[in-house]
Amino acid sequence: MSHSQVQGETSPRVHYLNTSYGIKSWLLTTDHKRIALLYLASITLMFFVGGFFAVLIRLHLIEPQGALLEPETYNKMFTMHGIIMIFFFLIPSIPAVLGNFLVPLMIGARDLAFPRINLLSWYIYVVGSVFTLVAIVTGGVDTGWTFYAPYSSVYSSTHVIVTALGVFITGFSSILTGLNFVVTIHKMRAPGMTWFRLPLFVWAMYATSMIQILGTPVLAITIVLLGLERLLHVGIFTPALGGDPLLFQHMFWFYSHPAVYIMILPGMGVESELVTCFSKKRIFGYGFVAFSSVAIAVLSFLVWGHHMFVSGQSVYAGLIFSVLSFLVAIPSAIKVFNWTATMYKGSISYQAPMLYAMGFIGLFTMGGLTGLFLASLATDVHLNSTYFIVAHFHYIMVGSAVMAYLGGIHFWWPKMTGRLYPDGWARFAALIIFVGFNLTFFPQFLLGYLGMPRRYAFYPPEFQVLNVMSSAGASILAVGYAIPLVYLIWSMRYGPIADSNPWGAKGLEWETPSPPPTENFEVTPVVTEEAYNYPTQEVAVV
Amino acid sequence: MWQGFPIYPDQASTIAQGVDHLHFFLTGITLFFTAIIFTTIFYFAVKYRRRSEDEKPPLILGSLPLELAWTLIPLALTVIVFVWSSSLYFRNARPPAASMEIFVVGKQWMWVIQHPEGPREINELHVPVGRPVKLTMTSQDVIHDFYIPAFRVKRDVLPGRYSSIWFQATKTGQYHLFCAQYCGAMHAAMGGWVYVMTPADYEQWLSGGAKGESMAAAGNRLFGQYGCVSCHIADGTGRGPVLQGVFGHPVKLQDGRTVVADEAYVRESILNPGAKIVAGYSPIMPTFQGQISEEQVLQLIAYIKSLGTEERKPAKP
Repeated sequence: MSHSQVQGETSPRVHYLNTSYGIKSWLLTTDHKRIALLYLASITLMFFVGGFFAVLIRLHLIEPQGALLEPETYNKMFTMHGIIMIFFFLIPSIPAVLGNFLVPLMIGARDLAFPRINLLSWYIYVVGSVFTLVAIVTGGVDTGWTFYAPYSSVYSSTHVIVTALGVFITGFSSILTGLNFVVTIHKMRAPGMTWFRLPLFVWAMYATSMIQILGTPVLAITIVLLGLERLLHVGIFTPALGGDPLLFQHMFWFYSHPAVYIMILPGMGVESELVTCFSKKRIFGYGFVAFSSVAIAVLSFLVWGHHMFVSGQSVYAGLIFSVLSFLVAIPSAIKVFNWTATMYKGSISYQAPMLYAMGFIGLFTMGGLTGLFLASLATDVHLNSTYFIVAHFHYIMVGSAVMAYLGGIHFWWPKMTGRLYPDGWARFAALIIFVGFNLTFFPQFLLGYLGMPRRYAFYPPEFQVLNVMSSAGASILAVGYAIPLVYLIWSMRYGPIADSNPWGAKGLEWETPSPPPTENFEVTPVVTEEAYNYPTQEVAVV
Repeated sequence: MWQGFPIYPDQASTIAQGVDHLHFFLTGITLFFTAIIFTTIFYFAVKYRRRSEDEKPPLILGSLPLELAWTLIPLALTVIVFVWSSSLYFRNARPPAASMEIFVVGKQWMWVIQHPEGPREINELHVPVGRPVKLTMTSQDVIHDFYIPAFRVKRDVLPGRYSSIWFQATKTGQYHLFCAQYCGAMHAAMGGWVYVMTPADYEQWLSGGAKGESMAAAGNRLFGQYGCVSCHIADGTGRGPVLQGVFGHPVKLQDGRTVVADEAYVRESILNPGAKIVAGYSPIMPTFQGQISEEQVLQLIAYIKSLGTEERKPAKP
C-alpha cells in the first residue's frame, strides 16, 4: 500500500496506475479504479466483436436476396450481435466502467463497500463472456437475443445452452455490482454529502442498481427453466410438453424491459454531469431530474407487457400495459426538458464531451418519442416486429446509451489516465458518429412502417433503397467508432499530461489529482455545498 | 424501384386509414418536439457560447411552473393518444358476427390455409373484397406471426392454441403476407401473397381448380377413420357425449364448471381429453396427440360445427 504524500519535484507522484506493476497487480487488485479499467478493456473487446457482427449484417442486407451469408448464418449473426451488445456491452458499460471508477470518487469514499466482491464480479463477467465466445467459435446460436420458446427450448439445433449459460453467469456480475453500489451509496458518503447533494450520476447509478438487483434474478430463473426444458424435457414453455410459450415471454420481458433502463438510466446520469459542466451551471430542477430516475426505475417493472400486444395477451391486459407505457414517457420528457433548460444562460463550450451530450439529448428525444408509436396499441399492431422497432431501440441504446458512454469516457478520460486526448479528433469522431448513426437508423423507421419485418435474411426488392442507405450509414458509423479507439490508446502514452481538473468541473472526483491516488483522497473530503455549484453572478435569476 | 418513394404501405383494409391517421398524428408530435429540442439546443449553444473563461452565468435553480408545464402537457398528449389508439384497437379486436372464416396453420416454414369450402393453399390467401374475414390460426411447431402490412393486421400464431385476426379488404390487388415472428432458418421465406378479388372472381376461384372435399366433409371422413363415431353416437347411446348441436353452447363439466364448446375446447378435448370431462361421462377417451395434425383437428372442428349449433335436447345423463 503506498501513500501519495506531497512529492518532491524530482520523484513522480504515486497514483493508482503506477503504485505497482505487473499482471498480478492488476488481476488481483481490489482497487475500484483498476477494476473499472479491467472492465473497460473487456467490454471494449466485446463491443468490437458485437460490432463486427453488425457490419456483416448490414453488408449482407445490401442486396434483397442477401449479399453475403446463408440464412442460417445470418440468423446467428443478428443473434450474437444482440446478445453480445446487450448482455456483454451495454448492461455493464456505464455502471461497471464509469460507475465503478466514479461512484466512490464522487461521494468521497476510499473504495466501494465490498472491494473483493467487486473484483469477483469482474471475474464472473469474464467467465460468462468466455462461455458466450466459446459458443460463437464452436458454431453460434440462432434464437435471437430474446430466446423465445419453444424455438429455443425444442427446435433450434444450435448452442443455446452454452450461450444461455454465459448470459446466466454474467447476470450475477450485474447483481453484485448493483449490490455493491447500493451499499456504498447508503453507507460511505463523505461527511456533508447528503442525498440531495449527490451528483445526479450517483442518483442514476442508484436507480440502475435497484433494477439490477431486483430484475436480474428473474432472468436467471427464466434461463434455468429454459435449460430444464431443453435438456430434460420438463414441460414449462412448450405446449406439446404441457407448457405455455407466453409464460416465457412474460418472464423474459419482466427482466428485459427493466434492462432497457439498466442501459439508459446511467446514460442519463452521465448526461446531467456533462451538461452542467460545459454550461458551467447548476442543473435545472435537481429534484425533478433525480426523482424522475427513481420514477423510471419503478415504472420500468410495470410495462413488460407492451412487448406482447400481438402475442395473444388479452385485450384488457394490453390496455393496462399501454397506459403504463405512456406514463414512462413523462419522467423521460422531464429529463430532456431540464437538460435543455440547464443550457439557458449558461457559459457553453463545445469540447468533445459536450458534443456527445448534445447529440444524446437530440437522439434520446427521437428514440423516446418513437416509443409512443409502440406504446400505442393500434399502431403497435402494425409496427411490432418490424424495422421500426429496430430503429426505435437503436436510437435509445446506441443513439443515446452509447453516445452517453462515449461522452462519459471522453469526459473522465483525463481523470482515469492522467492524459489528454486530441480534442479536434474527438470532436470530429463525435460528428461522424452522429451523422453515421442517423443515416443508419433513420431509414429503418421508414422501412418498418412500410412493413419490412425484422430478422429477415432476404427481403422484397422494393425495400432495397432504404436498406442500402442504412448500410452506407453503418459503414460511416463503424469508422466513427474506430477513431476514438485509436486516439484514446495513443493518448495513454503520448497525450499531454492532464491536471486534476482540466474542464473546470465541480464534483469531488475533480478535487483529487489525475490519476487519483489509490486511496482516492489524501484526507476525507467534507462537503459543504450543493452539486454543480459553479460560480455565479451576484444576482439570482429565477 | 422508387415509385414515388412511398412513406406508407398500401391501404387495403377498413382499418388501414384509421391506423395511418394515428400514425401521422404521432409523427407530427415527434417532429414537433424533436424540432423544438434541436432548435433550442442549437440556439442556446450559439447564443450562450462561452466568450471568456471567467464569465459567470446567473444562478438558476429551476422553475416549478415550467416543470409543471412540461409534465402536464406531455401527459395530456399521451392521454389523448392512449384514448384514440385504444378505442381504435378495441373496435378492431372483435370480428363482426357475419365474418367468413378461413383457417391457418403455420409450420416451419410455410402457411397452410384452408377454406371451409374445400380449397387449400400454401403461402397464398385468396379473399373477396368487401367482406369481413376471420382467420383462426394455430401453429404446428414454433411461434409464427401472420402479418399483412397492407391491412395493418398482425397476430402471433402459437402452438397449442388458437389465435385469430379479422379484416375487411377494401381494394382488389396483391399484397405481401409475412411471418413477423422469428421462427428459424428460413423465417424470411415464410410468406407469400394475399389476393383480394371481386366477389364474383372469388366464387369462381373457390369452385375452380383442384376441387377437394369441404373441410366438414374431410372432418366427417376423419371422424370415421379415427373411430370417433363408435362412441360419439347421435342418438345418445354411445359412451361419449352427443356432438350434434354442441358447438358454441355451454357444456356442463364433471367438476361443476361450465365451458363454452368453442374451437379451443374441441381442440383440447381431442388432444387432451382428460382435461375437461363432460358431466355424466367417464374419462375413457384416448388422446390423439401426435396422431393427428393441426389441419386435421381444424377439419374435425369444421365437421362438429356442421352438426349444427342448435341447442340439443337433454339426452342421456
